[in-house]
Amino acid sequence: MGRFSRREFLKVSGATAVGAATTSVLPGCATQPEAPPKPIGRVIVIGGGFGGATAAKYLRMWSGGTIEVFMIERGNEFISCPTSNLVLGGSRKIGDITRSYAKLRDYGVQVIRDEVTAVDTAKKRVRLRRIEDLPYDRLVVSPGIELMHDQIQGYDAEAQKKVLHAWKAGPETVALRQQLESMRDGGVYVLAVPRAPYRCPPGPYERACQVASYFKQAKPRSKVLILDANEDVVSKGALFKAAWRDLYGGMIEFRGNNEVKAVDARAGTVKTDFDTIKGDVLNILPPMRAGDIARDAGLLTGNTRWCGIDWLTMESLAKKEIHVLGDSTLSAPAMPKSGHMANNHAKIAAAAIIELMNGRAPNPQPVIANTCYSFVSDKEVIHVASVHRYDPAQKTLTVVPGASGVSSSRSDIEGAYGWAWAQNIWADMLG
Amino acid sequence: MGRAMIAAAFVTGAALASPVSAQGTDPNLGRNLAAACANCHGTNGVSQQGMPNLAGQQGTYLAQQMKDFKAGVRPTTIMHQLAKGYTDEQIDALAAYFSAQNK
Repeated sequence: MGRFSRREFLKVSGATAVGAATTSVLPGCATQPEAPPKPIGRVIVIGGGFGGATAAKYLRMWSGGTIEVFMIERGNEFISCPTSNLVLGGSRKIGDITRSYAKLRDYGVQVIRDEVTAVDTAKKRVRLRRIEDLPYDRLVVSPGIELMHDQIQGYDAEAQKKVLHAWKAGPETVALRQQLESMRDGGVYVLAVPRAPYRCPPGPYERACQVASYFKQAKPRSKVLILDANEDVVSKGALFKAAWRDLYGGMIEFRGNNEVKAVDARAGTVKTDFDTIKGDVLNILPPMRAGDIARDAGLLTGNTRWCGIDWLTMESLAKKEIHVLGDSTLSAPAMPKSGHMANNHAKIAAAAIIELMNGRAPNPQPVIANTCYSFVSDKEVIHVASVHRYDPAQKTLTVVPGASGVSSSRSDIEGAYGWAWAQNIWADMLG
Repeated sequence: MGRAMIAAAFVTGAALASPVSAQGTDPNLGRNLAAACANCHGTNGVSQQGMPNLAGQQGTYLAQQMKDFKAGVRPTTIMHQLAKGYTDEQIDALAAYFSAQNK
């Protein structure tokens, strides 16, 4: 595809011109007779997920419009990974979990649909696929995860057409639902879980519940088989096991220490160290690492798959003036890779970037929280929650003693809170 | 801008009213702490349907609810776990910030 200038691109995409956008800080405040604030610098945000979109909005809102913000996102709309398992269960459609980026423009965020292909950290510029390079004063990298298909033998491009992960909500979510709908009654759905850390620790077990919920209604002789590389259920174990037993009888089978090492898409089989297992629908979550652009920009640290950061600012330990958010970070102790955490990372970063760009010290005592709701049926939900504060001695965020826990039991009331959580966090990140 | 200044004034007020706190000097303390509540309760506490709205509520009421959650006095599904993550001074700063927001 040919590259064209940013001016042309903005014209084509209908985005507001840069000068005009800096006047808009909050929707409804445009009539104030103040002169537009003079920009003190530019932040480019890579990725419009829970981390990136939140950072873009809060940078504009908290800087009073003094920081120019460009958010580069490949997708046309935001599709939420949290609650996407409900699309597999059938109680929600993909449209229910899809939101527009349009309101971010009301805050003065320049939303650009494009892909960053390279970061020149020396010249402080990003290279884009469609438009001219863009310079930045600070960069926010929030690309989410990359799936390491090459870690599973036979999971090549051809196999990936048939054997889905659906771990990035979107077309694969819809396609996996179609595979479940097409499956015969009495069939076996196989879900392979990688070794932790991976995106959304309770996600696979919630997915097992949602698929079983659909089978219970439509294909009651069918089975859900979880092959988990981990020894036991990684998150909310007792609550998930109770739901599997009480709600789905013997429909869900869990096998720990069963890492899937190979797949034969044509035969419909997976291999562990012990067995070759045949399934009617195979759903393999390969091991995960930080997004490609984080790796390519040199942000991976300490021989890991993830990006080490300074938890006071979210600034990369490898490169100055680049802040990393969300799943791509090397997680702090007991901190899950979740959309909720990414949203909170974004607020630490936004506050710190504004202080740093104004020559002030960042907040020395950040406190953030995680709340994660899992739907064990179409109505009943369980949660895990924790509060994390900065510990200067350990130079990381740690869970405040006593400030964590799970639901006492699954409930409809938390079902209502779970869905309301989604509405609120989507509004918090997108305007 | 106006909102931020009002919030700063409330936070300063709270800090003066309560025992001396080193955190009271940070004008963004309440704002930064409150941002971690926004995931569920909406940006600046202005919630979407299905979650309690915190913006514009009375500060003393908000602070007392949080302290009751923390002490396990008030029944709840999740707030008893989250409230334990905050000192009483931080709770006062949160309450002051949310009470200063427009509904």
